[in-house]
Amino acid sequence: MSLASPRLLRPADAVWPLLERPGRLRRRLGTAAALAVGIVLLIWSLLPTYNMLLIALDAEGDTEYAGILWPAEPTLDSFRVVMAGDYWYLEHFWHKFANSLFIALATMVLTVVIGSLASFALGRLRLARGWLLGNFAVITYAVPASFLVIPFYRIMREYGLSDSLWGVIAADLTFAAPYAILILQQYAKFIPLELDEAAQIDGASPFVVYRHIYLPLMAPALVAVGTFALLFAWNEYLYQYMLLTSDRNMTVSVAIAQFFDADEAPWNYMMAAALVYAVPPVAIFLALRRWTAAGFSFGGVRV
Amino acid sequence: MSSVPSTPAFDLRAGEYPPGRRLQRSEIAWALAFLAPYLVVFAALVVYPVGYGLWLARDPGLYAELFADHRYLRTLVNTVLFVGIGVNLMMFAAVLLSGLFMRRDWWVRALLAVYLTCWAMPAVPAFSSFHWMLIGEEGLVNGLLRELLGVEGPIWFNNGWLALACNIAAYIWKWMPFWTVVFVAGRMAIPQEIYEAAAVDGATGPRRFLHVLFPLLANLYLVCTLLATLWTVGDFNTVYLVSIGAPARSSEVLATLGFHYAFDAAQPSLGIAATMSALPLLVPLTLVLMRRLQAGEVQL
Repeated sequence: MSLASPRLLRPADAVWPLLERPGRLRRRLGTAAALAVGIVLLIWSLLPTYNMLLIALDAEGDTEYAGILWPAEPTLDSFRVVMAGDYWYLEHFWHKFANSLFIALATMVLTVVIGSLASFALGRLRLARGWLLGNFAVITYAVPASFLVIPFYRIMREYGLSDSLWGVIAADLTFAAPYAILILQQYAKFIPLELDEAAQIDGASPFVVYRHIYLPLMAPALVAVGTFALLFAWNEYLYQYMLLTSDRNMTVSVAIAQFFDADEAPWNYMMAAALVYAVPPVAIFLALRRWTAAGFSFGGVRV
Repeated sequence: MSSVPSTPAFDLRAGEYPPGRRLQRSEIAWALAFLAPYLVVFAALVVYPVGYGLWLARDPGLYAELFADHRYLRTLVNTVLFVGIGVNLMMFAAVLLSGLFMRRDWWVRALLAVYLTCWAMPAVPAFSSFHWMLIGEEGLVNGLLRELLGVEGPIWFNNGWLALACNIAAYIWKWMPFWTVVFVAGRMAIPQEIYEAAAVDGATGPRRFLHVLFPLLANLYLVCTLLATLWTVGDFNTVYLVSIGAPARSSEVLATLGFHYAFDAAQPSLGIAATMSALPLLVPLTLVLMRRLQAGEVQL
């Protein structure tokens, strides 16, 4: 601006130098405080993983803390045992791993498909407008999953799904879907309805709108919801333990928790298996982290 | 909300039909077709098991039996503490920590990735590690206390209250990252102009948090706290794997006690009754949550 000659000071310019010093000091204090909190948080976050590694690398598998930050003679032998399935709790480890993976992937696919269809009906076709019907899936959380395991156990026999991976998948889907529908409905609000209407005027059926407008535009939220469903299924233990009874259908999380049944088990094998089991979800989540942001924003701050 | 300047831009609503518009019959048919797969899941795997569970636990005598059992009463207290302390501590810490993660420094981004692995880590590895970390004199925690501070740590799982505290700590470890990022997302949705306007009025630091940020995040905070409460009441893995109910079933919560009644004591009906006794609390909470989820859209 041509008016702003060096001599012409606005009132704010006169105040700035006075404010700057305390401001800079405050900023430095803020950074120092943030660093301190950050270091505490880092140790807090890493400690359990470090503990797993410490026990897994120990040759004896003692939980005993030797007063050192690293085992005296670290060995990768327990990882070899896990990979080879050399201990009877860990027999056929990769078969169990495949079972876990199958449950997680099937839960992911079904949650995305069924969740996106339901959210399209509820949010876009405006089947339900009131809070009670519009959010009816959330009522599922009134009776938590762990409370329903006994009825589920019996009902799965009626459905012919006892000792079947599909029984666990059904249970995981039941409790992953409401959150998925919630997230998808919130995310869909950012997509203008005019798009749907324009397509409808051109003669597109709701399915065409769903397939060619809704799904492509919802892609980020669908990735997020799918990742969350996968992590949910990978995290789940109770239903896998209750519903899968045969060795053939056992999963890794059940195999790991089995170690607690014995009084004197090789804990290094347990912790090595635990670390191996923890790698896929952590890796998948970190790889997809950029695309999972939509999964964290709900009930939003709509300003 | 009156504290927020209302400009035309804030009133824009994408994705909403004008209120008067009615659905046509063919649209209803399409909508029902889209909803059908989920309705099947809901009917077969939510309505039926819940109804069946309530039917199994219909005998009032079961509840009399429960209230006569001191383990059940202790479990009720434990559950209230586990949820009440765990959720509130977690949510408050999460909303504070979300401020840290609004910073743009490289190390904050790296820290966020590490922090979120706690949430992505499956329950069985994480909580069994917590179990071994806290297993009395042999565990890592007491080892570090001895090495670094010269303090002899307690035998954590020998006291019901200490064991409960361990369970709460482990639960917060796993779930706080998730809620922190939810609050980070909430903070990011607040337009920068509001901060700037607040700064001009002299609201910075704690005053900004109290008078600007918190009113804006209030509905989100409430929604999250309700959802976290529902999920925490149903949490089974923490207590089952960290304290294993030790000592002598004195750190159980409803989810694990119901499981033990059903499968260790072979009294499935009593197990279901123990868990269903939480429904008078959970159902109203869920209805409030559903109501607030909708309210979030029309506020401001």
